[in-house]
Amino acid sequence: MPVAKSPPSFRRLFDDIGTVDAVGIEERVAKYGTRSVKKGAKVFGLQLAVTMVDLTTLEGKDTPGKVASLCQKALRPHDVGEIPPTAAVCVYPAMVRHAAKHVKGTAVRIASVATAFPSGQAPLKTRLAEVRAAVADGADEIDMVINRGAFLSGEFGLMQDEIAAVVEASGAATLKVILETSELETYDNIRAASFLAMRVIRPNDFIKTSTGKTSANATLGNNQVMLEAIRDHFLETGVPIAMKPAGGIRTAKQALTFLIAVKETLGDEWLNNGRYRFGASALLNDLVRQLEKERTGAYQAPWNFSEASEGY
Amino acid sequence: MSARLTITKTPKCYVGGAFIRSESGRVFELKDQKGEFFANVPLCSRKDLRNAVEAAAKAGPGWAKRTAFNRGQILYRVAEMIESRVEEMAEALMLGGATKVEATKEVVAAVDRIVHYAGWTDKYEAMLGSVNPVASAHFNFTVTEPMGIIGVLAPDERPLLALVSLILPAITSGNCVVALASEARPYPAILLGEMLAVSDLPGGVVNLLTGKRAELVPTFATHEHLRAISGVVNAEQRKALRLGAAESVKRVRLGKAEEAVDWEAETMQGLEEIRALVECKTTWHPVGG
Repeated sequence: MPVAKSPPSFRRLFDDIGTVDAVGIEERVAKYGTRSVKKGAKVFGLQLAVTMVDLTTLEGKDTPGKVASLCQKALRPHDVGEIPPTAAVCVYPAMVRHAAKHVKGTAVRIASVATAFPSGQAPLKTRLAEVRAAVADGADEIDMVINRGAFLSGEFGLMQDEIAAVVEASGAATLKVILETSELETYDNIRAASFLAMRVIRPNDFIKTSTGKTSANATLGNNQVMLEAIRDHFLETGVPIAMKPAGGIRTAKQALTFLIAVKETLGDEWLNNGRYRFGASALLNDLVRQLEKERTGAYQAPWNFSEASEGY
Repeated sequence: MSARLTITKTPKCYVGGAFIRSESGRVFELKDQKGEFFANVPLCSRKDLRNAVEAAAKAGPGWAKRTAFNRGQILYRVAEMIESRVEEMAEALMLGGATKVEATKEVVAAVDRIVHYAGWTDKYEAMLGSVNPVASAHFNFTVTEPMGIIGVLAPDERPLLALVSLILPAITSGNCVVALASEARPYPAILLGEMLAVSDLPGGVVNLLTGKRAELVPTFATHEHLRAISGVVNAEQRKALRLGAAESVKRVRLGKAEEAVDWEAETMQGLEEIRALVECKTTWHPVGG
């Protein structure tokens, strides 16, 4: 963080919360990949990861039919084996009422992105109206984006006021605050944005890495910076904040590595889907594929898991 | 000037267009014809096999979509790449005990075999496909499609010619191959990988592993993503492969390691070898009148 040319508000905030040792973070997360997780522990980890997935479809071409099959997949990820349902489905606000038909009253919650996702570049009034509409249609969780422009120009008050307004508009729904880490550029900024968000959201609301709509997505490094911010915030205030990395987590192996980061940074209290989620679409298939491999002992073919493979 | 230090080569496996060591980090010792240490060859694990299958799955659709003519050009290029290095390949075979004459003969036969299949790529479809007479107003025709990823298990006898003879009919029709080289004589397969890498064959179409057969046969048998197994193995392995193949519904085409095979024979190549590794798709197209 080049403090010199930043607005003074950054300097004051970093005096308060401290900065990030980028080299230390990189070395720390490089070690997570070296843990050997096999057999029983692996099955436990994979099952846990399944229960943490926010099964996501966020495309312009989403249809009620596509959302319906996504919901079925979330409720019953595979036709054989003991595979639990996912934590939630994550859809656009217009699709919430279609998802509600399939998952209301089940273990699967409905998450909806709102606040002019992914850019957030709409008037506040419009963004809040979108949140209220999604909640009215049945969303249990709201994934909002922060005002990155306000943050980067040092207008922390504006950024926090907007989050607070969304907290109010979302009512009983759980809130997930997307920092869009790729647009924040430095680890210091990610830590700063995490703290600013955590100070205005409620216990067990989430901070979330990315929209999945930009070039860079969730990385182990970003995840670690945010986990450590959650830890420091918790030790200081006693308020537990939940975490959701999103975008770019495609393989079961990656998911296990992220869970190791959670376990070693925040501990067992965070190893449940109330405190940790994966925002992903392709990940679920790979988790199920690896679970089936553990169950049957045979490597599985992709076509058994609703994956396009062109016959290969 | 001091004596020059020997530059020794680390043999690596050709997988997904790259040269890899085993993910396990294991190797096994390879001796030359005099019984002296020659090199450490990768001792591939189940995970290496899985990774090779993933690499083949990535390359497969692109390879199958190429025109038959283009596949033929590429296979011919493979032959060219070996032809220019016949002597080097012959020396690799001599490590396993072949005489210079035998080794050279085997390499030349392998090159000829590749050229043979290069010629087949745009011709087998005309032989295997058909227009079928049906008693209704339909135009009914059958075309072939590649099966997918084929597991190849090469014998110890004729470690190059046999390997090539098993791989080529599979890739001619657009399949991809994950092959386990001869356990006793793996070095020609290492060298073959180096030659494939400089041909125009896309990475991942042919993946060559080295290692212990007994370790890998169970995974070849049960891996669901492999659509067929083509190889020469002993009685015990044939049983394991057939049981695993029944479970995962794959085709097996197994020769007997106990019996001598004349790999140079004309009967070891041709249309039947290609037919063994394709699927047939029949289409009923409604027509008027």
